[in-house]
Amino acid sequence: MLEIRRFEEKAGQMYGMGLIGGFCHLYIGQEAVVIGMQAAVTDRDTVLTSYRDHGHMLARGMDPKGVMAELTGRRGGYSKGKGGSMHMFSQEKGFYGGHGIVAAQVPIGTGIAFAHKYKDENAVCLTYLGDGAINQGQVYESFNMAALWQLPVVYVIENNKYAMGTSIERGSARTDLYHRGHAYGIPGAQVDGMDVVAVKKAGELAVAHARSGKGPYILEMHTYRYRGHSMSDPAKYRTKEEVQKVRQERDPIERLRGVLLDEAGVEEAKLKDIDRKVKAIVTEAAEFAQHSPEPDASELYTDVYA
Amino acid sequence: MPIEILMPALSPTMTEGKLLKWHKNEGDAVASGDVMAEIETDKATMEVEAVEEGKLGKILVAEGTDNVAVNAPIALLLEDGEDASALDAAPLATAPAPATAPAPAAETAAAPEAAPAPATSAPAPAETEWDGPSVTLTVREALRDAMAEEMRRDPDVFLMGEEVAQYQGAYKISQGLLEEFGAKRVIDTPITEHGFAGVGVGAAFYGLKPIVEFMTFNFAMQAVDHIVNSAAKTRYMSGGQVSSPIVFRGPNGAAARVAAQHSQCYASWYMHLPGLKVVAPWSAADAKGLLKSAIRDPNPVVFLENEVMYGQSFEVPDTDDWTVPIGKAKIVRPGKDVTIAAFSIMVGKALEAAEALAAEGIEAEVIDLRSLRPLDTATIVDSVKKTNRLVFAEEGWPSAGVGAEIAALMMEHAFDWLDAPVKRVCGADVPMPYAANLEKLALPQATNIAEAAKQVCYAK
Ligand SMILES: Cc1ncc(C[n+]2csc(CCOP(=O)(O)OP(=O)(O)O)c2C)c(N)n1
Ligand SMILES: [Mg+2]
Repeated sequence: MLEIRRFEEKAGQMYGMGLIGGFCHLYIGQEAVVIGMQAAVTDRDTVLTSYRDHGHMLARGMDPKGVMAELTGRRGGYSKGKGGSMHMFSQEKGFYGGHGIVAAQVPIGTGIAFAHKYKDENAVCLTYLGDGAINQGQVYESFNMAALWQLPVVYVIENNKYAMGTSIERGSARTDLYHRGHAYGIPGAQVDGMDVVAVKKAGELAVAHARSGKGPYILEMHTYRYRGHSMSDPAKYRTKEEVQKVRQERDPIERLRGVLLDEAGVEEAKLKDIDRKVKAIVTEAAEFAQHSPEPDASELYTDVYA
Repeated sequence: MPIEILMPALSPTMTEGKLLKWHKNEGDAVASGDVMAEIETDKATMEVEAVEEGKLGKILVAEGTDNVAVNAPIALLLEDGEDASALDAAPLATAPAPATAPAPAAETAAAPEAAPAPATSAPAPAETEWDGPSVTLTVREALRDAMAEEMRRDPDVFLMGEEVAQYQGAYKISQGLLEEFGAKRVIDTPITEHGFAGVGVGAAFYGLKPIVEFMTFNFAMQAVDHIVNSAAKTRYMSGGQVSSPIVFRGPNGAAARVAAQHSQCYASWYMHLPGLKVVAPWSAADAKGLLKSAIRDPNPVVFLENEVMYGQSFEVPDTDDWTVPIGKAKIVRPGKDVTIAAFSIMVGKALEAAEALAAEGIEAEVIDLRSLRPLDTATIVDSVKKTNRLVFAEEGWPSAGVGAEIAALMMEHAFDWLDAPVKRVCGADVPMPYAANLEKLALPQATNIAEAAKQVCYAK
């Protein structure tokens, strides 16, 4: 979680320096969701999500250097600098994007689950989506097919309360999103997405359900994004107090720190050590991302066709 | 060493901004996440949060300052354990060289003209002639056989769409496939084009080879986002990692008397897109050979059929390994006086026109484009070098149509050989009318093609 937090802070800083361009959607505040879920799956399972994807890739074990270099649009990036912040993939790590069209990843993830079943792989696809994406029609087309064909997919709704500047109350007739599969007989659960242990537990149940051939499962993660929707969002649709309150009371990293120090008896020095290591990893990624050269001009015409 | 806090870029287009207000004073403790200052960008007023922890050592740019360049140092932050004396050691005002933001591709890359040829005019692959035995098949049977043979050959190939399994296909293209391959590989979907096109793309990302049937291409409009944004672009966006070996197929263009929402040619829409291949055969032999190539192709292929053609019979090579390369046009009738190029159902009308023209002493050469992307420009240009005249016929509308692209290509590649302007024969520029007489007027007929050919030959 700390690695994601520090990575995102660094990305924000590098955006500020003009090293990262375009849209850049930070994951700060939501780290417990991907870390908890990753602890509930295996390497043969697959993951995909929207444009807010940096945390998912790091959780998946993708190299921070390659992710950061894609953010800076360099040769060493996961997509050779041609995909950018919103479009990265790693077949090796079972990560299938990085999708810029809201909710498009939902049928695609359902299709990957279809392929898992077709190939008899006993693998599960984690398909993440937002509280805004949940209202797209193709989500329900996917729910129906996934339930109809009993596909091994877990839909993880990251309910961070806002779709850009639209709060969930202003965008959804019913705000309890874990019910949304009810009409298709898909079980759902509501989870405190700021508590990494709770996420892991719920994730294990859901993944076991999908893996056992019982079909899809929906997890609604209650979470919160601290930063604006993207780097250029002044976030005037919520108060500073609202953000500050979540940071103080529910921050997933501080909470885990508390558990580790008070309940698990981990020593402060050990945590400081982790801090230092994480900082070094992120610094190295940032260095790499600034020094990796831009893609060769000849790359303009490559990778269009196989 | 104190850390320099730089003027941040807070929008994709910002180059400078106004430092409105400092929220911290010199000497204040700063925790990561604290609001440091307010900055007015070209778009909005934004708060700048601290990323590092420490103590605000020195403010370098006073509040109220206008036009502060992005990346200029605005303050110094003292790290844990540092005191103010460290400020003296700081290399003041030696801003790091402005970040060299990656130049937009257009500037660094060679001009498109000098660059490798885009896929629309790729060199045509070789085609083998068939001199073995043949059978008479309808286009419908040829398409079915192509799918069945490829499904026998590769267990990763499967068919999905509305009514493709139990009902045997809305237009009976998938007849017998459910019996032979079972429900795992011949899949009836709900009426959810956007959803199942996306499911197909996901399966293709993961290495399966889906054939997604649209009952007609009119309904692919529901799914066009996945064809365009998911299938066609992902290989590029993933730096070559993730391909979409998928075929989107179904009838395209005008059927009969089904009116505007069910009669439209989408060829030029798909032809526009790098990353897609687009095929629109006329004969049964080409339908079979091209569909097999499309299924084997590692790229997404839009395969445009035509309902009116389904029942027409042609000679087809009698083998289960007949393929036709994508990207190769075919001269279906040689001639010397004028070239008529067309695709799909219009090839038949072009041949009809050529017959009529022959009776008047004009020998037309008819080219069946077969593939629209990549387009076999060379075959058209070679023909025009011989005939010096080109008529292009399509069912679609003229505006930004396939013919518009062909005319532009002739300007670029055959200008010196043309003895008359390229002439387009297109569908009338109206939504398809329902009334039989109006529908006939809206669709280009053989007589319109013959008329156009005579015009470019300056014959009466
Ligand atoms: C089809 C589509 N419509 C609109 C957009 C613009 N857009 C990008 S993100 C977004 C909000 C999505 O919110 P949510 O699903 O809650 O995800 P979050 O950003 O909170 O992670 C919108 C409207 C888009 N990218 N795609
Ligand atoms: Mg949201």
